[in-house]
Amino acid sequence: MSAQGPLHEMGVAQLGAGLKARAFSALELARHCLARAEHDATASFLALNPEVTLAQARASDARRAAGNAAPLEGVPVAHKDIFVTRDFPTTAGSKMLAGYRSPFDATVVARLAQAGMVTVGKLSCDEFAMGSGNENCAYGPVRNPWDAARVPGGSSGGSAASLAARLVPAATGTDTGGSIRQPASFCGVTGIKPTYGRASRYGMIAYASSLDQGGPMARSAEDCALLLSALCGPDPDRDSTSLDLPAEDFSASLNADLKGLRIGLPQEFFGDGLAPGVRAAVEAALAELQKLGAALVTISLPRTELAIPVYYIIAAAEASSNLSRYDGVKFGHRAREYFDLESMYKKSRAQGFGSEVKRRIMTGTYVLSHGYYDAYYLQAQRIRRLIAEDFRSAFAQCDVIAGPVAPTVAWKIGQNAADPLADYLADIFTLPASLAGLPAMSVPAGVGEHGMPVGLQLIGNYFAEARLLNVAHRLQQATDFHHRKPAGV
Amino acid sequence: MALTAQDISRVAHLARLELEPQESERALGHINGFFKLVEQMAAVATEGIEPMAHPAELTGAVALRLRDDAVTEPDQRQANQQSAPAVERGLFLVPRVIE
Repeated sequence: MSAQGPLHEMGVAQLGAGLKARAFSALELARHCLARAEHDATASFLALNPEVTLAQARASDARRAAGNAAPLEGVPVAHKDIFVTRDFPTTAGSKMLAGYRSPFDATVVARLAQAGMVTVGKLSCDEFAMGSGNENCAYGPVRNPWDAARVPGGSSGGSAASLAARLVPAATGTDTGGSIRQPASFCGVTGIKPTYGRASRYGMIAYASSLDQGGPMARSAEDCALLLSALCGPDPDRDSTSLDLPAEDFSASLNADLKGLRIGLPQEFFGDGLAPGVRAAVEAALAELQKLGAALVTISLPRTELAIPVYYIIAAAEASSNLSRYDGVKFGHRAREYFDLESMYKKSRAQGFGSEVKRRIMTGTYVLSHGYYDAYYLQAQRIRRLIAEDFRSAFAQCDVIAGPVAPTVAWKIGQNAADPLADYLADIFTLPASLAGLPAMSVPAGVGEHGMPVGLQLIGNYFAEARLLNVAHRLQQATDFHHRKPAGV
Repeated sequence: MALTAQDISRVAHLARLELEPQESERALGHINGFFKLVEQMAAVATEGIEPMAHPAELTGAVALRLRDDAVTEPDQRQANQQSAPAVERGLFLVPRVIE
């Protein structure tokens, strides 16, 4: 405990200040997080390694004592199990990678370590990041801290749940079709997916390479800005799609005035499928932004609904190619019994992958196969361009786009088990920005049905992360949605 | 257009997946359900639209970079093979391919 309240209630900025003021040490803080993680009721963590965590914390305290404190020195972070780590096992939520140890750290992991952060452990996710409820994890579901019977969202479900449960102040996530924004929305935390190419994909286990993008999750926009500034930056030798842009200070304009800001509301995001409680929460948050001087304008993203088939064709096609590397030879699961090389491949892959991963691999294989490539894969890519152009037209009329993150609040665990398509449809509002490669975030906007959290989605133009964080921060200065926490936490 | 059980078995073979009959059946139902959503794509006029494979062209990162042809990594064979299912004398073991 410190004078400002329990350590687990503090965010990244506050912890950074406390560490700097020597109100507590990185070691005390790491011990506090580990103690909470060990009694975690959400099943957020897939791996802890207290020895490594405490050694990192001691090293951090030593750097501070020597006058070499880095910007986020001593602040704890946990990583989605999609990022490979040398000191913790990495499974991507799959049986395929049970026991896998990476010989290196992902660039995002390394950059946050260079910024002084201490790794608490690895966080659960949908298998290979394929899912919207964290129910596709081979190691069991994650429970939403707001209601243990409900999903935390996905695929970065462990990241969102661990933040809402106050187990860690910061987490990494990855977003291919909404996997940072939707769990952030479902758990009432803040998360941002930067412009495609901002965060290096090196060491981020590949699902759909033209869409995958890492980003930070935390409990405030201010904290996300600190984390994003540390984890972005060019990685030209290791990720051919890494943007050659210098690292940016995303905290610099957090307090900028919103007067005159034009917020575009896509009419397609506010149709009949939107749950009334979600609509009310989003509209209330928008009204707050209006009070801060922003103007709301109606815009159109006419191909919103098409984003679902387009995304699930492109992502499946890329997944079928990316996941062909799991052949039971160099790493990953190998079947115990087989009779030749082909049967070794087939049995190893059948045993190692879960049902949803297999379905996406097969869908991808099908749309890439002879006779179907033009009708499905190329047609999807053409519509992808039209979707990106719709955004270009929209940004002529507004500075930032806002709407719901998802049509509903978090659903019950098991509710969609017999109907995986229901999960696909629920991704409708996050998929368009992913296809275009635009930055987008989720900001808590109160609660909807069943008292469950609702997120406001903000979508920016390319490289406009600072603007999104500015809007989110001003909203969080004016409201307390992001401070609300689940009962019992 | 609906896929058949034969399509599923062909695709499973191409994807090197050995599916249990029950799993194939479930996959068939699900994939056909998905392709009903896909049907709406056919009606979209896309003549003359270039397929967009990647957002890189929109963020200005069009040219793929080439890095210098220089050795940058030390030999890490042991570390790289630590998670291999079967290794002997630094080699990955696989079932006999050539009789």
